[in-house]
Amino acid sequence: MQQRSVNPVVAAIGWLVMAFLMAPIVIVIGAAVSDTTYLAFPPQGFSLRWFGNVLQQRSFMASFQTSMQVAISATSIALAIGLFAAYGLARFGKTIPAWFGSVFLLPLFVPEIVFGFSLLKTVIVSLELPVTTALIVGHTIICLPYMVRVISASLSSFDFSIEEAAVSLGMHPIKVFLTIVLPNIRSGVIAAVVLAFITSLNDVAVSLFLTGPGVSTLPIEVFTYVEQFFDPSVAAVSVLLMGVTIIVMALVERTLGLGKAVK
Amino acid sequence: MQSNAVSLNDIVAHYGNSQVLHGLNMSVADGELVSLLGSSGCGKTTTLRLLAGFIRPSSGSIALSGRDVTGLPPYRRGIGIVFQNYALFPHLTVAQNVGFGLKQRQVAEPERGKRVAAMLERVGLSSFADRYPSALSGGQRQRVALARALVIDPPLLMLDEPLSNLDAKLRVDMRSEIRELQRANKRTAIYVTHDQEEAFSISDRVAIMDAGRIVQLDAPETLFTRPVNAFVARFVGFENLVPMIVVERDGDRVICEAAGGVRTTLSLAATGPVGDRFVIGARPEGLAIGAPSNSTIPGTIGVRTYLGRTYQYRIDTPAGPLVANGPFSQPLQQGEAVGIGFLADQCCILPMENN
Ligand SMILES: Nc1ncnc2c1ncn2[C@@H]1O[C@H](COP(=O)(O)OP(=O)(O)OP(=O)(O)O)[C@@H](O)[C@H]1O
Ligand SMILES: [Mg+2]
Repeated sequence: MQQRSVNPVVAAIGWLVMAFLMAPIVIVIGAAVSDTTYLAFPPQGFSLRWFGNVLQQRSFMASFQTSMQVAISATSIALAIGLFAAYGLARFGKTIPAWFGSVFLLPLFVPEIVFGFSLLKTVIVSLELPVTTALIVGHTIICLPYMVRVISASLSSFDFSIEEAAVSLGMHPIKVFLTIVLPNIRSGVIAAVVLAFITSLNDVAVSLFLTGPGVSTLPIEVFTYVEQFFDPSVAAVSVLLMGVTIIVMALVERTLGLGKAVK
Repeated sequence: MQSNAVSLNDIVAHYGNSQVLHGLNMSVADGELVSLLGSSGCGKTTTLRLLAGFIRPSSGSIALSGRDVTGLPPYRRGIGIVFQNYALFPHLTVAQNVGFGLKQRQVAEPERGKRVAAMLERVGLSSFADRYPSALSGGQRQRVALARALVIDPPLLMLDEPLSNLDAKLRVDMRSEIRELQRANKRTAIYVTHDQEEAFSISDRVAIMDAGRIVQLDAPETLFTRPVNAFVARFVGFENLVPMIVVERDGDRVICEAAGGVRTTLSLAATGPVGDRFVIGARPEGLAIGAPSNSTIPGTIGVRTYLGRTYQYRIDTPAGPLVANGPFSQPLQQGEAVGIGFLADQCCILPMENN
């Protein structure tokens, strides 16, 4: 086998980018296992006690639960809306005015701080919705642009005539969507779900305004924690959060990935 | 009115603002195979898409087996379609693709597998059953598309250039498979093709389409010998179309005058009385090249093309350039003066078109 020669400059840039992407993860993991009472890197000693500390803190666990609940709900709702919006735009794009597709991208243009504040004013203050509901509404909206964009991208290479083929062979259009269209845009849907989930899970700016006494998301909790303490707990929380994210991604890949086996 | 398998009445169809079909009429009898023949972009695929229900006509009505289906959704029309771009399911294997329609029709497993295998055998793809479409050649994909539509044995089968990607031999084989299945099961079929020979050999009747209309729908023999207008005439090979006016007639012998004042004697009963205007159409082999005489059109030999058993000549005449074939044994030289006669039994008479 012949080895492809890589331009050394390109290779160097590649490695730099890798290092740049990996460094924060390495540092956080290192800091989390440090046997010190302050954040330290490289780690001094080895200890898992900060993980224990995190798991015992009720505020962390409660906010983690809220975060998961919000992320899962917001992602699901955004998926339902985004999937149909993207499909509609791709399928009937020619008969819809061009600006319509951009509507779904609008949340990206509004600064999140402003968006969070206006949500606080309307949803929480005027409508008096519970905090969790407000969080789900807010996160759904910030997840939606990613959903629509990413799913649209994979639909743009989808050949709609196979949909017609399935229909002409006697399949109901709804079933066609589920068994023909979805399996063929699977990777785009998975990417969109993962992206939306992470966006929701990591959001600070919007959540900052919506969280209230007693109900908080994990990033906000971490935020308030580091204002008071400087121990490696926050690093341990981050590592746990990364772990959860990876597990969720794997689960999503598994469940949606199964679409391929569905005949 | 007897119920046709398919009838399209005064169909007008648009894509956005551009009108594609301009009042199309067509009916296909039960058990008949009709070909749609026409140049690229004339609306053949659009006609099939209308029948399938993928697009709605702007006006006009569509009936299948006497029942108006203008508003019926596509999945309930039960039409088998071979798509021009194949439209295979990329995430399904060849066998699953072919079995798809049977599955929708609740054909259970041992039976379904058997029918799929038999159909794959027919199209010569038995050993590809477990491949995915992405791992097939263009011609193999096309045969999967064909098998997928044929296996459900639909009452109406529509084939959009189903053999365009196959080699000559396979094309002839597949076309007889299609014809055989269609005849054996007495199914109705609409067959789109660019290939005149294919259309003429496979069809009961052929529809010639031009710019969103059907100009003639007839048996191949009729089309070939009696085209209704200049478009169809040119399409079926009447390369020489000469406008004439009858100046004198004596029984079946008619003296006609063409442009440039040249006169020729024809033995044609089909022409009208003195003063009648018509167009005579002749294929290159329907013209006789002889010595100049007062019953033929005078001309001079132009470019000569070798066609194997004959020579083809471009001949300049006062009535315009003509194309005629001459025997291989006596080649004519450029510039030679000749007289062109029409072999009446090989010519067609068309009405004068005002343009
Ligand atoms: N989706 C579409 N949007 C707009 N115009 C279209 C669309 N599909 C086809 N057309 C136009 O409609 C006309 C008829 O197209 P159609 O596909 O029916 O042609 P066709 O006879 O099948 O041609 P071919 O032999 O090349 O397949 C063409 O001029 C084409 O440009
Ligand atoms: Mg076409």
